[in-house]
Amino acid sequence: MSYPDGRILLNSQREGQVSRFRFWVLLAVPLAAILFQAYVPLFFQFLRYLEVPMLVVVYFAIMQRSQISGLLIGAVVGLAQDSLTTEPLGMYGIAKTLVGYFAASVGLRLDVDHPVIRLLLCFFFYIVHKFFYWVILRAMFGKPLPFDIQNTLVLALLNAVVGVSLFHFLDKLREPA
Amino acid sequence: MESFLNRYRHITVLLLVICAQLVLLAVQVKNDQDVRFIRIWTISAVTPVARLVEGIRGGGAGFLHNYITLHDTNAENRRLKDELGRLKMENIFLRNELSTADRAKALQIFESATPSKTLAANVIAIAPGSDSKVVTVNRGSLSGVERGMAVVTPDGIVGKVTAAYPTASMVQLVTDPEFAAGVISQKNGVRGTLKGQGTPTCKVDYVGVDEKVEPGEWFYTSGDDRIFPRGFPVGVVRSVRDGANFKEISIDPSGVRHGVEDLLIVLQGVHQNIPQAPPANQPVYLTPQVPPIAQAPAEPGQQPAAAPEPAVGTEADKVRGFYKAVGEAQNHTYGVGPPGTKPPDFNMKLPPARPSGAAAPTSGTGDRSVVPVNPPQTPPSGKVPDAARRANQAAGAPPGGIPKE
Repeated sequence: MSYPDGRILLNSQREGQVSRFRFWVLLAVPLAAILFQAYVPLFFQFLRYLEVPMLVVVYFAIMQRSQISGLLIGAVVGLAQDSLTTEPLGMYGIAKTLVGYFAASVGLRLDVDHPVIRLLLCFFFYIVHKFFYWVILRAMFGKPLPFDIQNTLVLALLNAVVGVSLFHFLDKLREPA
Repeated sequence: MESFLNRYRHITVLLLVICAQLVLLAVQVKNDQDVRFIRIWTISAVTPVARLVEGIRGGGAGFLHNYITLHDTNAENRRLKDELGRLKMENIFLRNELSTADRAKALQIFESATPSKTLAANVIAIAPGSDSKVVTVNRGSLSGVERGMAVVTPDGIVGKVTAAYPTASMVQLVTDPEFAAGVISQKNGVRGTLKGQGTPTCKVDYVGVDEKVEPGEWFYTSGDDRIFPRGFPVGVVRSVRDGANFKEISIDPSGVRHGVEDLLIVLQGVHQNIPQAPPANQPVYLTPQVPPIAQAPAEPGQQPAAAPEPAVGTEADKVRGFYKAVGEAQNHTYGVGPPGTKPPDFNMKLPPARPSGAAAPTSGTGDRSVVPVNPPQTPPSGKVPDAARRANQAAGAPPGGIPKE
């Protein structure tokens, strides 16, 4: 689906192709992502470092090329993720809302089918997500948590690599144009 | 105005959604109350799927265990037949080493033994987040679970229920930094507050520096917190240091030491006395095995000869002794030779063992520690009357009389 001349920057927003998904995909994929986050680390501890719900939000936001759609998906997924924690509702909700909005905004200007672009977007938005969550923790609750940049960069790279594979799989769930 | 909203439609929606969530957060923080219905929706949506996945996983694991590994068992059986004696012995040893403590059985026994009314539950999920110490269990308010109930295992306390939903509950583990419980030491009855630290160990706070607490000592729940009934094991003291005002006591929580999977929710707690001895599943010191009884008392200053075979032992010792005797009788050395080497005949009749009381010959030199392996080939000359034979046996002579030298 990449553009034939190999460009990664689009000339205008109209040039981008909007992907459409069936309703059950929009419902089942975020639910599966949240379930993955809550269930799989029971057996594979190292997989708890994967932020699959965030990757799903980024994917739907950039593929639908709609900021409102992106922020709404982010809000719903974030609130659902908050519901499974003991933290107050809204922590992940706000972080993922912002990620969804900005991902959709960036997706309007880029060829989001390009694997390198996807890798960079996943890497960047993982850091953004982590940063927003850290800011909310400090600002709303006054928790003096340090922002571990080195750890965040490593995890961002891990999530980016997984994100590219996940996006490739999710591409198969798109409705044909 | 309309054109302004149309122009900034996206940013307006973003601000609205963010503001709504900020208000939601602020309300929760200010009132210290939860927005339950959102959590109920999510838990109700996730729990059935999690149960389904867990069922599929359990079924798949059972299939693999019952069928796929049977192939390995068959191959292993063929190999066992090839190598016969050595692997049979290993098999017996391994069987002896298998732990008989089945976790579910232990839970059942504990459940029936404890006076508190409990409910068995399984962990079906953990809270998202790399530093999370909260798990979700498959029992909720429909099963009678309420917020604030204690969660235990036979090994010790695990945590407490922080939220009960219709089909599931969230349990805060003892290792969570916000967990606290009242505890009391076993030996001196020192009271303190157990606190999680976000690490595998916990600490006991508010214990004065003049109190006496030793490493290795056990702590139990004191019942002061109105959550955990008195008398449940908490953990064993790992280290004790004197701080500025209080002791710094590090404790190894016994309930979560081996991971958390099956647990019991205390529906109605009954206080118990603090036991005098540590919990029964602790390692128990065993004295060395009793040495074999000497055939006759050695003289002072005399060094014993080669160590004799133990007279008593386990079933495995008997089997090993039998295989060893069979191997020696047929000049076969186990573990030597290529695969396919003919094994010794395990059905052969071994000569009857010599009675232990007649093992030591009575030579005139007084060296009684040398035990002959084979019976004397030369038959004794003449018959010994029964009375004389009994007298000789009592004195340590072999049956049939004293062999001539």
